Amino acid sequence: MTIADGIWQQIFSFDNYGELLALVRNSLIAGAALGLVGGLVGVFVIRRDLPFAVHGISELSFAGASAALLLGVNIVGGSIVGSLIAAGAIGVLGSRARDRNSVIGTLMPFGLGLGVLFLALYKGRAANKFGILTGQIVAVDTPQMSWLLGTSAVVLVALAVMWRPLTFASADPDVAEARGVPVRGLSFAFMLVLGLAVALSVQIVGALLVLTLLVTPAAAAARITASPVLLPALSVVFAVASIEGGILLALGSSIPISPYVTTISFSIYLACRLVGTYRTRQWGTGRTVPEPG
Amino acid sequence: MASLPRARESRTEDPDRGADAAVISLRGAALAYGERVLWQDLDLDVRPGEFLAVLGPNGSGKTSFVRALLGQRPLSAGTLTVLGRPPSKGSRHIGYIPQQATLSEHAMLRARDLVRFGIDGHGFGPRLRTAAVRRRVDEVLESVGAAAYADVPVGLLSGGEQQRVRVGQAMATDPRILLCDEPLLSLDLHHQRAVTELVDARRRSHNTAVVFVTHEINPVLGLVDRVLYLARGSYRVGTPDEVLTSEAMSQLYGTQVDVVRVRGRITVVGVPDEVAEPPHHPELPHGVRP
Repeated sequence: MTIADGIWQQIFSFDNYGELLALVRNSLIAGAALGLVGGLVGVFVIRRDLPFAVHGISELSFAGASAALLLGVNIVGGSIVGSLIAAGAIGVLGSRARDRNSVIGTLMPFGLGLGVLFLALYKGRAANKFGILTGQIVAVDTPQMSWLLGTSAVVLVALAVMWRPLTFASADPDVAEARGVPVRGLSFAFMLVLGLAVALSVQIVGALLVLTLLVTPAAAAARITASPVLLPALSVVFAVASIEGGILLALGSSIPISPYVTTISFSIYLACRLVGTYRTRQWGTGRTVPEPG
Repeated sequence: MASLPRARESRTEDPDRGADAAVISLRGAALAYGERVLWQDLDLDVRPGEFLAVLGPNGSGKTSFVRALLGQRPLSAGTLTVLGRPPSKGSRHIGYIPQQATLSEHAMLRARDLVRFGIDGHGFGPRLRTAAVRRRVDEVLESVGAAAYADVPVGLLSGGEQQRVRVGQAMATDPRILLCDEPLLSLDLHHQRAVTELVDARRRSHNTAVVFVTHEINPVLGLVDRVLYLARGSYRVGTPDEVLTSEAMSQLYGTQVDVVRVRGRITVVGVPDEVAEPPHHPELPHGVRP
Protein backbone atom coordinates (compact mmCIF):
# COMPACT_ATOMS: atom_id res chain seq x y z
CA MET A 1 0.00 0.00 0.00
CA THR A 2 1.46 3.33 -1.01
CA ILE A 3 1.47 6.37 1.29
CA ALA A 4 -1.09 8.04 -0.90
CA ASP A 5 -3.48 5.11 -0.45
CA GLY A 6 -2.96 5.29 3.30
CA ILE A 7 -3.83 8.98 3.40
CA TRP A 8 -6.84 8.39 1.18
CA GLN A 9 -8.08 5.73 3.61
CA GLN A 10 -7.70 8.11 6.49
CA ILE A 11 -9.76 10.75 4.71
CA PHE A 12 -12.44 8.47 3.30
CA SER A 13 -13.33 5.29 5.13
CA PHE A 14 -16.74 3.70 5.07
CA ASP A 15 -16.12 0.54 7.16
CA ASN A 16 -18.97 -0.30 9.54
CA TYR A 17 -20.77 2.75 8.21
CA GLY A 18 -24.23 1.68 9.32
CA GLU A 19 -23.25 1.28 12.96
CA LEU A 20 -21.39 4.57 12.96
CA LEU A 21 -24.35 6.34 11.46
CA ALA A 22 -26.49 5.43 14.46
CA LEU A 23 -23.92 7.07 16.71
CA VAL A 24 -24.12 10.42 15.00
CA ARG A 25 -27.90 10.65 14.75
CA ASN A 26 -27.82 13.53 17.23
CA SER A 27 -25.13 15.28 15.28
CA LEU A 28 -27.15 15.06 12.10
CA ILE A 29 -30.17 16.64 13.78
CA ALA A 30 -27.98 19.34 15.33
CA GLY A 31 -26.36 19.84 11.95
CA ALA A 32 -29.69 20.42 10.26
CA ALA A 33 -30.67 23.00 12.88
CA LEU A 34 -27.30 24.65 12.55
CA GLY A 35 -27.52 24.74 8.76
CA LEU A 36 -30.90 26.42 9.00
CA VAL A 37 -29.65 29.01 11.49
CA GLY A 38 -26.32 29.58 9.72
CA GLY A 39 -27.89 29.92 6.29
CA LEU A 40 -30.41 32.51 7.47
CA VAL A 41 -28.11 34.51 9.73
CA GLY A 42 -25.47 34.46 6.99
CA VAL A 43 -27.76 36.44 4.69
CA PHE A 44 -27.55 39.36 7.11
CA VAL A 45 -23.85 38.83 7.78
CA ILE A 46 -23.32 39.52 4.07
CA ARG A 47 -25.89 42.31 3.84
CA ARG A 48 -24.45 44.12 6.84
CA ASP A 49 -20.85 43.41 5.88
CA LEU A 50 -20.07 41.56 9.12
CA PRO A 51 -17.81 38.59 8.20
CA PHE A 52 -14.99 39.97 10.34
CA ALA A 53 -17.36 40.32 13.28
CA VAL A 54 -18.27 36.63 12.91
CA HIS A 55 -14.61 35.74 13.18
CA GLY A 56 -14.11 38.02 16.17
CA ILE A 57 -17.11 36.66 18.03
CA SER A 58 -16.04 33.08 17.39
CA GLU A 59 -12.71 33.67 19.15
CA LEU A 60 -14.45 34.86 22.29
CA SER A 61 -16.88 32.01 21.97
CA PHE A 62 -13.83 29.74 21.95
CA ALA A 63 -12.58 31.40 25.13
CA GLY A 64 -15.98 30.83 26.77
CA ALA A 65 -16.06 27.20 25.70
CA SER A 66 -12.55 26.49 26.96
CA ALA A 67 -13.34 28.18 30.26
CA ALA A 68 -16.36 25.89 30.57
CA LEU A 69 -14.24 22.87 29.72
CA LEU A 70 -11.73 23.82 32.40
CA LEU A 71 -14.44 24.42 35.01
CA GLY A 72 -16.29 21.28 34.03
CA VAL A 73 -19.55 23.07 33.23
CA ASN A 74 -21.69 22.99 30.08
CA ILE A 75 -19.52 23.82 27.08
CA VAL A 76 -22.39 25.11 24.95
CA GLY A 77 -23.35 27.44 27.79
CA GLY A 78 -19.79 28.72 28.08
CA SER A 79 -19.59 29.21 24.37
CA ILE A 80 -22.86 31.19 24.36
CA VAL A 81 -21.71 33.44 27.22
CA GLY A 82 -18.44 34.21 25.42
CA SER A 83 -20.28 34.92 22.17
CA LEU A 84 -22.82 37.23 23.73
CA ILE A 85 -20.16 39.24 25.55
CA ALA A 86 -18.24 39.67 22.28
CA ALA A 87 -21.34 40.47 20.22
CA GLY A 88 -22.57 42.95 22.82
CA ALA A 89 -19.19 44.67 22.97
CA ILE A 90 -19.00 44.94 19.19
CA GLY A 91 -22.59 46.17 19.08
CA VAL A 92 -21.97 48.91 21.67
CA LEU A 93 -18.40 49.97 20.88
CA GLY A 94 -18.52 49.48 17.14
CA SER A 95 -21.98 50.71 16.23
CA ARG A 96 -20.42 52.89 13.56
CA ALA A 97 -18.97 50.83 10.72
CA ARG A 98 -15.80 52.90 10.78
CA ASP A 99 -14.90 51.84 14.33
CA ARG A 100 -16.18 48.31 14.09
CA ASN A 101 -13.22 46.54 12.53
CA SER A 102 -10.69 47.99 14.94
CA VAL A 103 -12.90 47.03 17.90
CA ILE A 104 -13.13 43.48 16.56
CA GLY A 105 -9.42 43.34 15.81
CA THR A 106 -8.76 44.34 19.41
CA LEU A 107 -11.18 41.87 21.01
CA MET A 108 -10.22 38.90 18.87
CA PRO A 109 -6.62 38.23 19.99
CA PHE A 110 -7.65 38.83 23.60
CA GLY A 111 -10.33 36.15 23.31
CA LEU A 112 -7.97 33.76 21.61
CA GLY A 113 -5.35 34.37 24.29
CA LEU A 114 -7.83 33.64 27.07
CA GLY A 115 -8.89 30.46 25.29
CA VAL A 116 -5.30 29.26 25.00
CA LEU A 117 -4.79 29.96 28.70
CA PHE A 118 -7.84 27.93 29.73
CA LEU A 119 -6.90 25.03 27.46
CA ALA A 120 -3.33 25.03 28.79
CA LEU A 121 -4.69 24.73 32.33
CA TYR A 122 -7.10 21.94 31.33
CA LYS A 123 -5.77 18.47 32.11
CA GLY A 124 -8.40 16.38 30.39
CA ARG A 125 -8.49 14.68 26.99
CA ALA A 126 -6.58 16.45 24.23
CA ALA A 127 -9.38 15.65 21.77
CA ASN A 128 -11.73 17.87 23.73
CA LYS A 129 -9.36 20.80 23.34
CA PHE A 130 -8.85 20.24 19.65
CA GLY A 131 -12.58 19.83 19.14
CA ILE A 132 -13.43 23.36 20.26
CA LEU A 133 -11.08 24.80 17.66
CA THR A 134 -11.66 22.52 14.70
CA GLY A 135 -15.01 20.89 15.33
CA GLN A 136 -16.32 17.51 16.36
CA ILE A 137 -19.30 15.37 15.59
CA VAL A 138 -19.64 12.67 18.17
CA ALA A 139 -19.59 15.02 21.13
CA VAL A 140 -23.21 16.06 20.76
CA ASP A 141 -24.86 14.28 23.67
CA THR A 142 -28.45 14.65 24.77
CA PRO A 143 -28.15 17.57 27.22
CA GLN A 144 -26.07 19.46 24.67
CA MET A 145 -28.69 18.66 22.06
CA SER A 146 -31.39 20.42 24.00
CA TRP A 147 -29.14 23.46 24.40
CA LEU A 148 -28.37 23.50 20.69
CA LEU A 149 -31.96 23.08 19.59
CA GLY A 150 -33.27 25.55 22.18
CA THR A 151 -30.80 28.21 21.12
CA SER A 152 -31.59 27.56 17.46
CA ALA A 153 -35.26 28.08 18.20
CA VAL A 154 -34.55 31.41 19.91
CA VAL A 155 -32.51 32.59 16.91
CA LEU A 156 -35.15 31.49 14.41
CA VAL A 157 -37.99 33.21 16.27
CA ALA A 158 -35.97 36.42 16.62
CA LEU A 159 -35.16 36.37 12.91
CA ALA A 160 -38.76 35.74 11.93
CA VAL A 161 -39.91 38.76 13.92
CA MET A 162 -37.31 41.24 12.71
CA TRP A 163 -36.57 39.89 9.23
CA ARG A 164 -38.33 42.59 7.22
CA PRO A 165 -37.25 45.78 9.05
CA LEU A 166 -33.76 44.32 9.48
CA THR A 167 -33.52 43.77 5.73
CA PHE A 168 -34.72 47.32 5.11
CA ALA A 169 -32.29 48.75 7.68
CA SER A 170 -29.41 46.73 6.24
CA ALA A 171 -30.03 47.76 2.64
CA ASP A 172 -31.01 51.39 3.04
CA PRO A 173 -30.52 52.59 6.63
CA ASP A 174 -31.35 56.27 6.00
CA VAL A 175 -34.65 55.63 4.33
CA ALA A 176 -35.48 52.92 6.85
CA GLU A 177 -34.93 55.38 9.68
CA ALA A 178 -37.07 57.96 7.93
CA ARG A 179 -39.83 55.35 7.70
CA GLY A 180 -39.64 54.74 11.44
CA VAL A 181 -37.51 51.60 11.59
CA PRO A 182 -35.52 51.47 14.87
CA VAL A 183 -32.25 51.11 12.98
CA ARG A 184 -29.85 51.23 15.94
CA GLY A 185 -31.93 48.93 18.11
CA LEU A 186 -32.16 46.37 15.32
CA SER A 187 -28.45 46.59 14.74
CA PHE A 188 -27.77 45.67 18.36
CA ALA A 189 -30.44 42.97 18.42
CA PHE A 190 -28.92 41.39 15.35
CA MET A 191 -25.46 41.34 16.93
CA LEU A 192 -26.90 39.29 19.80
CA VAL A 193 -28.62 36.91 17.38
CA LEU A 194 -25.34 36.61 15.53
CA GLY A 195 -23.59 35.83 18.81
CA LEU A 196 -25.97 32.93 19.46
CA ALA A 197 -25.55 31.61 15.91
CA VAL A 198 -21.77 31.71 16.27
CA ALA A 199 -21.91 29.86 19.59
CA LEU A 200 -23.96 27.12 17.90
CA SER A 201 -21.60 26.82 14.97
CA VAL A 202 -18.55 26.59 17.20
CA GLN A 203 -19.95 23.30 18.60
CA ILE A 204 -19.83 21.55 15.25
CA VAL A 205 -17.29 23.17 12.97
CA GLY A 206 -15.07 24.69 15.65
CA ALA A 207 -14.12 28.27 16.41
CA LEU A 208 -11.64 28.64 13.58
CA LEU A 209 -14.05 27.69 10.81
CA VAL A 210 -17.33 29.31 11.77
CA LEU A 211 -17.16 31.50 8.66
CA THR A 212 -17.74 28.45 6.50
CA LEU A 213 -21.32 28.22 7.83
CA LEU A 214 -22.12 31.86 8.53
CA VAL A 215 -20.60 33.49 5.46
CA THR A 216 -19.88 31.08 2.61
CA PRO A 217 -23.42 29.72 1.96
CA ALA A 218 -25.02 33.18 1.90
CA ALA A 219 -22.17 34.61 -0.16
CA ALA A 220 -22.65 31.76 -2.64
CA ALA A 221 -26.40 32.29 -2.86
CA ALA A 222 -25.89 36.04 -3.35
CA ARG A 223 -23.90 35.30 -6.50
CA ILE A 224 -26.91 33.83 -8.23
CA THR A 225 -30.00 35.57 -6.88
CA ALA A 226 -31.21 38.77 -5.24
CA SER A 227 -34.74 37.49 -4.68
CA PRO A 228 -35.68 38.05 -1.04
CA VAL A 229 -37.20 34.54 -0.88
CA LEU A 230 -34.77 32.53 -2.98
CA LEU A 231 -31.65 34.05 -1.44
CA PRO A 232 -32.23 32.85 2.14
CA ALA A 233 -33.70 29.54 0.88
CA LEU A 234 -30.61 28.74 -1.20
CA SER A 235 -28.33 29.89 1.58
CA VAL A 236 -30.01 27.41 3.95
CA VAL A 237 -29.82 24.60 1.40
CA PHE A 238 -26.10 25.24 0.88
CA ALA A 239 -25.39 25.42 4.60
CA VAL A 240 -27.33 22.23 5.38
CA ALA A 241 -25.72 20.40 2.45
CA SER A 242 -22.25 21.43 3.63
CA ILE A 243 -22.70 20.40 7.20
CA GLU A 244 -24.62 17.18 6.70
CA GLY A 245 -22.35 16.18 3.84
CA GLY A 246 -19.39 16.95 6.04
CA ILE A 247 -20.71 14.83 8.91
CA LEU A 248 -21.45 11.87 6.64
CA LEU A 249 -18.04 11.96 4.98
CA ALA A 250 -16.12 12.50 8.20
CA LEU A 251 -17.85 9.62 9.91
CA GLY A 252 -15.47 6.75 9.23
CA SER A 253 -12.28 8.76 9.27
CA SER A 254 -9.99 9.88 12.03
CA ILE A 255 -9.94 13.45 10.73
CA PRO A 256 -12.01 16.28 12.25
CA ILE A 257 -15.20 17.24 10.47
CA SER A 258 -14.21 20.75 9.50
CA PRO A 259 -12.16 20.10 6.33
CA TYR A 260 -15.10 18.19 4.87
CA VAL A 261 -17.56 20.95 5.66
CA THR A 262 -15.32 23.73 4.41
CA THR A 263 -14.49 21.89 1.19
CA ILE A 264 -18.13 21.23 0.32
CA SER A 265 -19.06 24.79 1.24
CA PHE A 266 -16.24 26.24 -0.84
CA SER A 267 -17.08 24.03 -3.84
CA ILE A 268 -20.67 25.29 -3.74
CA TYR A 269 -19.35 28.84 -3.65
CA LEU A 270 -17.14 28.26 -6.68
CA ALA A 271 -20.02 26.74 -8.62
CA CYS A 272 -22.23 29.70 -7.73
CA ARG A 273 -19.61 32.17 -8.87
CA LEU A 274 -19.52 30.44 -12.24
CA VAL A 275 -23.30 30.54 -12.57
CA GLY A 276 -23.28 34.09 -11.22
CA THR A 277 -21.06 35.37 -14.01
CA TYR A 278 -23.66 34.16 -16.46
CA ARG A 279 -26.55 35.61 -14.43
CA THR A 280 -24.92 39.02 -14.14
CA ARG A 281 -24.55 39.16 -17.90
CA GLN A 282 -28.20 38.23 -18.22
CA TRP A 283 -29.27 40.98 -15.80
CA GLY A 284 -27.14 43.44 -17.69
CA THR A 285 -28.82 42.70 -20.99
CA GLY A 286 -32.22 41.85 -19.56
CA ARG A 287 -33.42 45.44 -19.65
CA THR A 288 -35.95 45.47 -22.40
CA VAL A 289 -36.01 49.23 -22.64
CA PRO A 290 -32.95 51.43 -22.73
CA GLU A 291 -33.02 53.85 -19.86
CA PRO A 292 -35.18 56.79 -20.84
CA GLY A 293 -34.38 60.37 -20.03
CA MET B 1 -49.02 47.95 8.88
CA ALA B 2 -49.16 48.97 5.29
CA SER B 3 -52.55 49.86 3.98
CA LEU B 4 -52.62 51.63 0.69
CA PRO B 5 -56.28 52.54 0.46
CA ARG B 6 -55.97 54.51 3.68
CA ALA B 7 -53.26 56.64 2.13
CA ARG B 8 -55.56 57.52 -0.75
CA GLU B 9 -58.44 58.34 1.53
CA SER B 10 -56.32 60.55 3.69
CA ARG B 11 -55.53 62.85 0.79
CA THR B 12 -59.18 63.56 0.30
CA GLU B 13 -60.36 63.25 3.89
CA ASP B 14 -60.42 66.96 4.53
CA PRO B 15 -61.37 68.95 1.46
CA ASP B 16 -61.75 72.20 3.41
CA ARG B 17 -58.10 72.24 4.30
CA GLY B 18 -57.67 71.83 0.57
CA ALA B 19 -55.18 73.56 -1.61
CA ASP B 20 -53.89 76.37 0.53
CA ALA B 21 -53.43 74.95 4.03
CA ALA B 22 -49.72 74.64 4.73
CA VAL B 23 -48.39 71.07 4.85
CA ILE B 24 -45.33 72.22 6.78
CA SER B 25 -45.46 75.12 9.18
CA LEU B 26 -42.63 76.57 11.29
CA ARG B 27 -43.08 79.39 13.81
CA GLY B 28 -40.15 80.94 15.63
CA ALA B 29 -38.31 77.71 15.06
CA ALA B 30 -34.70 77.29 16.13
CA LEU B 31 -32.18 74.48 16.17
CA ALA B 32 -29.01 74.61 18.22
CA TYR B 33 -26.30 72.22 19.27
CA GLY B 34 -25.36 73.56 22.69
CA GLU B 35 -24.12 77.08 22.14
CA ARG B 36 -24.00 76.80 18.37
CA VAL B 37 -27.20 78.04 16.78
CA LEU B 38 -27.83 76.57 13.34
CA TRP B 39 -30.86 78.72 12.64
CA GLN B 40 -33.45 80.61 14.69
CA ASP B 41 -36.67 82.64 14.46
CA LEU B 42 -37.60 80.65 11.39
CA ASP B 43 -41.15 81.30 10.17
CA LEU B 44 -42.08 79.29 7.13
CA ASP B 45 -45.16 77.75 5.54
CA VAL B 46 -44.85 75.24 2.76
CA ARG B 47 -48.02 74.83 0.71
CA PRO B 48 -49.16 71.77 -1.22
CA GLY B 49 -47.55 71.62 -4.64
CA GLU B 50 -44.84 74.08 -3.68
CA PHE B 51 -41.20 73.39 -4.58
CA LEU B 52 -38.95 74.68 -1.80
CA ALA B 53 -35.19 74.44 -2.26
CA VAL B 54 -33.13 74.45 0.95
CA LEU B 55 -29.68 75.84 0.31
CA GLY B 56 -26.67 76.72 2.41
CA PRO B 57 -23.07 75.81 3.07
CA ASN B 58 -22.02 72.67 4.95
CA GLY B 59 -22.83 72.88 8.63
CA SER B 60 -25.56 75.47 8.11
CA GLY B 61 -28.23 73.08 9.38
CA LYS B 62 -29.75 71.70 6.18
CA THR B 63 -29.54 68.13 7.38
CA SER B 64 -30.85 69.09 10.82
CA PHE B 65 -33.78 70.78 9.08
CA VAL B 66 -34.56 67.48 7.35
CA ARG B 67 -34.19 65.54 10.58
CA ALA B 68 -36.58 67.92 12.32
CA LEU B 69 -39.19 67.41 9.59
CA LEU B 70 -38.78 63.63 9.92
CA GLY B 71 -39.36 63.83 13.66
CA GLN B 72 -35.83 62.60 14.34
CA ARG B 73 -34.67 65.79 16.02
CA PRO B 74 -36.69 68.10 18.24
CA LEU B 75 -36.48 71.87 17.77
CA SER B 76 -34.60 73.91 20.36
CA ALA B 77 -37.35 76.53 20.29
CA GLY B 78 -40.53 77.39 18.42
CA THR B 79 -43.06 75.09 16.82
CA LEU B 80 -43.11 72.82 13.82
CA THR B 81 -46.18 71.12 12.42
CA VAL B 82 -46.29 68.66 9.56
CA LEU B 83 -49.77 68.18 8.12
CA GLY B 84 -51.21 70.01 11.11
CA ARG B 85 -49.50 67.85 13.72
CA PRO B 86 -46.12 67.70 15.42
CA PRO B 87 -43.79 65.64 13.22
CA SER B 88 -43.89 61.93 13.94
CA LYS B 89 -41.28 59.31 13.16
CA GLY B 90 -41.95 57.17 10.14
CA SER B 91 -44.90 59.10 8.76
CA ARG B 92 -46.24 57.56 5.57
CA HIS B 93 -47.16 61.02 4.35
CA ILE B 94 -43.53 61.97 3.89
CA GLY B 95 -41.57 60.37 1.07
CA TYR B 96 -37.86 60.60 1.75
CA ILE B 97 -35.13 60.51 -0.91
CA PRO B 98 -31.55 60.69 0.40
CA GLN B 99 -28.33 60.81 -1.59
CA GLN B 100 -27.53 57.80 -3.72
CA ALA B 101 -24.43 56.70 -1.77
CA THR B 102 -26.44 55.81 1.34
CA LEU B 103 -27.77 52.68 -0.38
CA SER B 104 -25.70 49.69 0.79
CA GLU B 105 -23.47 48.01 -1.77
CA HIS B 106 -24.36 44.70 -0.15
CA ALA B 107 -28.11 45.25 -0.30
CA MET B 108 -28.79 42.03 -2.24
CA LEU B 109 -32.27 43.16 -3.19
CA ARG B 110 -34.01 43.81 -6.48
CA ALA B 111 -35.30 47.20 -7.50
CA ARG B 112 -38.85 46.02 -6.84
CA ASP B 113 -37.97 44.96 -3.29
CA LEU B 114 -36.62 48.40 -2.53
CA VAL B 115 -39.84 50.04 -3.71
CA ARG B 116 -41.81 47.56 -1.67
CA PHE B 117 -39.89 48.43 1.48
CA GLY B 118 -41.12 51.98 0.99
CA ILE B 119 -44.61 50.61 1.64
CA ASP B 120 -44.22 47.89 4.25
CA GLY B 121 -40.50 47.64 5.13
CA HIS B 122 -40.99 49.04 8.61
CA GLY B 123 -43.38 46.32 9.83
CA PHE B 124 -42.25 43.52 12.12
CA GLY B 125 -43.33 39.93 11.67
CA PRO B 126 -44.58 38.27 8.48
CA ARG B 127 -46.03 40.23 5.58
CA LEU B 128 -49.76 40.70 5.10
CA ARG B 129 -51.82 42.09 2.21
CA THR B 130 -49.23 41.04 -0.31
CA ALA B 131 -51.30 41.09 -3.53
CA ALA B 132 -52.35 44.73 -3.21
CA VAL B 133 -48.84 45.79 -2.27
CA ARG B 134 -47.35 43.92 -5.22
CA ARG B 135 -49.75 45.62 -7.62
CA ARG B 136 -48.86 49.00 -6.20
CA VAL B 137 -45.12 48.24 -6.59
CA ASP B 138 -45.59 47.40 -10.28
CA GLU B 139 -47.57 50.58 -10.77
CA VAL B 140 -44.89 52.70 -9.12
CA LEU B 141 -42.02 51.07 -11.02
CA GLU B 142 -43.87 51.77 -14.24
CA SER B 143 -44.50 55.39 -13.31
CA VAL B 144 -40.83 56.16 -12.65
CA GLY B 145 -39.66 54.29 -15.75
CA ALA B 146 -37.90 51.58 -13.78
CA ALA B 147 -40.05 48.64 -14.89
CA ALA B 148 -37.35 47.44 -17.30
CA TYR B 149 -34.96 46.71 -14.45
CA ALA B 150 -37.47 45.84 -11.74
CA ASP B 151 -35.84 42.44 -11.17
CA VAL B 152 -32.22 43.50 -11.44
CA PRO B 153 -30.28 43.56 -8.14
CA VAL B 154 -29.90 47.19 -7.04
CA GLY B 155 -26.15 46.69 -6.68
CA LEU B 156 -25.92 46.25 -10.46
CA LEU B 157 -27.86 49.43 -11.25
CA SER B 158 -26.18 52.72 -12.07
CA GLY B 159 -26.41 55.55 -9.56
CA GLY B 160 -29.02 57.26 -11.71
CA GLU B 161 -31.12 54.11 -11.95
CA GLN B 162 -30.88 53.61 -8.20
CA GLN B 163 -32.14 57.13 -7.56
CA ARG B 164 -34.99 56.58 -9.99
CA VAL B 165 -35.99 53.54 -7.94
CA ARG B 166 -35.60 55.61 -4.77
CA VAL B 167 -38.03 58.19 -6.14
CA GLY B 168 -40.47 55.37 -6.75
CA GLN B 169 -39.89 54.07 -3.22
CA ALA B 170 -40.62 57.52 -1.79
CA MET B 171 -43.82 57.86 -3.85
CA ALA B 172 -45.10 54.37 -3.07
CA THR B 173 -47.13 55.43 -0.05
CA ASP B 174 -48.69 58.30 -1.97
CA PRO B 175 -47.10 60.95 0.27
CA ARG B 176 -48.16 64.58 0.53
CA ILE B 177 -44.61 65.79 1.06
CA LEU B 178 -41.47 64.70 -0.78
CA LEU B 179 -38.38 65.33 1.29
CA CYS B 180 -35.27 65.16 -0.88
CA ASP B 181 -31.87 65.36 0.84
CA GLU B 182 -29.17 65.93 -1.80
CA PRO B 183 -30.69 63.30 -4.12
CA LEU B 184 -28.61 64.50 -7.07
CA LEU B 185 -25.26 64.10 -5.38
CA SER B 186 -22.82 62.00 -7.45
CA LEU B 187 -25.21 61.81 -10.41
CA ASP B 188 -24.23 63.07 -13.85
CA LEU B 189 -26.20 65.92 -15.44
CA HIS B 190 -28.36 63.59 -17.49
CA HIS B 191 -29.51 61.65 -14.44
CA GLN B 192 -29.84 64.81 -12.36
CA ARG B 193 -32.39 66.01 -14.89
CA ALA B 194 -34.20 62.66 -14.97
CA VAL B 195 -34.59 62.58 -11.19
CA THR B 196 -35.68 66.22 -10.88
CA GLU B 197 -38.21 65.72 -13.65
CA LEU B 198 -39.73 62.75 -11.84
CA VAL B 199 -40.00 64.73 -8.62
CA ASP B 200 -41.50 67.68 -10.45
CA ALA B 201 -43.99 65.49 -12.31
CA ARG B 202 -45.18 64.02 -9.03
CA ARG B 203 -45.65 67.49 -7.57
CA ARG B 204 -47.73 68.61 -10.53
CA SER B 205 -49.87 65.49 -10.81
CA HIS B 206 -50.59 65.07 -7.08
CA ASN B 207 -49.99 68.56 -5.69
CA THR B 208 -47.27 67.09 -3.50
CA ALA B 209 -45.09 69.61 -1.67
CA VAL B 210 -41.38 69.21 -2.38
CA VAL B 211 -38.64 70.15 0.07
CA PHE B 212 -35.40 69.80 -1.84
CA VAL B 213 -32.15 70.11 0.11
CA THR B 214 -29.20 70.77 -2.16
CA HIS B 215 -25.92 72.62 -2.20
CA GLU B 216 -26.33 73.18 -5.92
CA ILE B 217 -29.32 75.21 -7.04
CA ASN B 218 -28.83 75.09 -10.80
CA PRO B 219 -30.24 71.61 -11.57
CA VAL B 220 -33.55 72.63 -9.96
CA LEU B 221 -33.51 76.37 -10.63
CA GLY B 222 -36.27 76.23 -13.23
CA LEU B 223 -38.63 74.34 -10.88
CA VAL B 224 -38.10 76.16 -7.62
CA ASP B 225 -40.91 78.31 -6.21
CA ARG B 226 -39.05 79.48 -3.15
CA VAL B 227 -35.61 79.17 -1.64
CA LEU B 228 -34.73 78.78 2.02
CA TYR B 229 -31.08 79.80 2.33
CA LEU B 230 -29.42 78.91 5.65
CA ALA B 231 -26.08 80.40 6.67
CA ARG B 232 -24.28 81.72 9.73
CA GLY B 233 -27.12 80.97 12.14
CA SER B 234 -29.56 82.93 10.06
CA TYR B 235 -31.67 82.47 6.93
CA ARG B 236 -33.37 84.10 3.97
CA VAL B 237 -36.53 82.86 2.39
CA GLY B 238 -38.22 83.93 -0.83
CA THR B 239 -38.21 83.38 -4.56
CA PRO B 240 -34.82 82.71 -6.16
CA ASP B 241 -34.89 86.24 -7.56
CA GLU B 242 -35.36 87.68 -4.10
CA VAL B 243 -32.89 85.51 -2.21
CA LEU B 244 -30.15 84.78 -4.70
CA THR B 245 -29.00 88.35 -5.15
CA SER B 246 -25.66 89.93 -4.28
CA GLU B 247 -27.38 92.18 -1.79
CA ALA B 248 -29.29 89.48 0.11
CA MET B 249 -26.36 87.06 0.11
CA SER B 250 -23.92 89.73 1.28
CA GLN B 251 -26.24 90.58 4.12
CA LEU B 252 -26.65 86.91 5.07
CA TYR B 253 -22.94 86.16 5.00
CA GLY B 254 -21.97 89.50 6.53
CA THR B 255 -19.41 90.17 3.85
CA GLN B 256 -19.33 91.13 0.18
CA VAL B 257 -20.69 88.19 -1.82
CA ASP B 258 -21.48 88.38 -5.51
CA VAL B 259 -24.22 86.42 -7.18
CA VAL B 260 -23.45 85.99 -10.85
CA ARG B 261 -26.02 84.92 -13.39
CA VAL B 262 -24.71 83.47 -16.61
CA ARG B 263 -27.07 81.92 -19.17
CA GLY B 264 -29.72 81.09 -16.65
CA ARG B 265 -27.25 79.61 -14.18
CA ILE B 266 -26.40 81.07 -10.81
CA THR B 267 -23.00 81.13 -9.19
CA VAL B 268 -22.30 82.60 -5.77
CA VAL B 269 -18.82 84.10 -5.62
CA GLY B 270 -16.87 85.21 -2.59
CA VAL B 271 -18.49 83.12 0.13
CA PRO B 272 -16.13 83.25 3.14
CA ASP B 273 -13.79 80.26 3.26
CA GLU B 274 -14.89 78.76 6.54
CA VAL B 275 -18.42 78.27 5.29
CA ALA B 276 -17.70 77.80 1.60
CA GLU B 277 -17.03 74.08 1.65
CA PRO B 278 -19.47 72.94 -1.00
CA PRO B 279 -18.18 74.84 -4.02
CA HIS B 280 -20.77 76.25 -6.38
CA HIS B 281 -19.43 74.69 -9.52
CA PRO B 282 -22.42 73.91 -11.66
CA GLU B 283 -20.38 72.42 -14.48
CA LEU B 284 -18.60 69.87 -12.30
CA PRO B 285 -20.20 66.54 -11.44
CA HIS B 286 -20.20 66.13 -7.68
CA GLY B 287 -18.40 62.86 -7.54
CA VAL B 288 -17.12 62.75 -4.01
CA ARG B 289 -18.67 63.92 -0.82
CA PRO B 290 -16.13 65.02 1.78
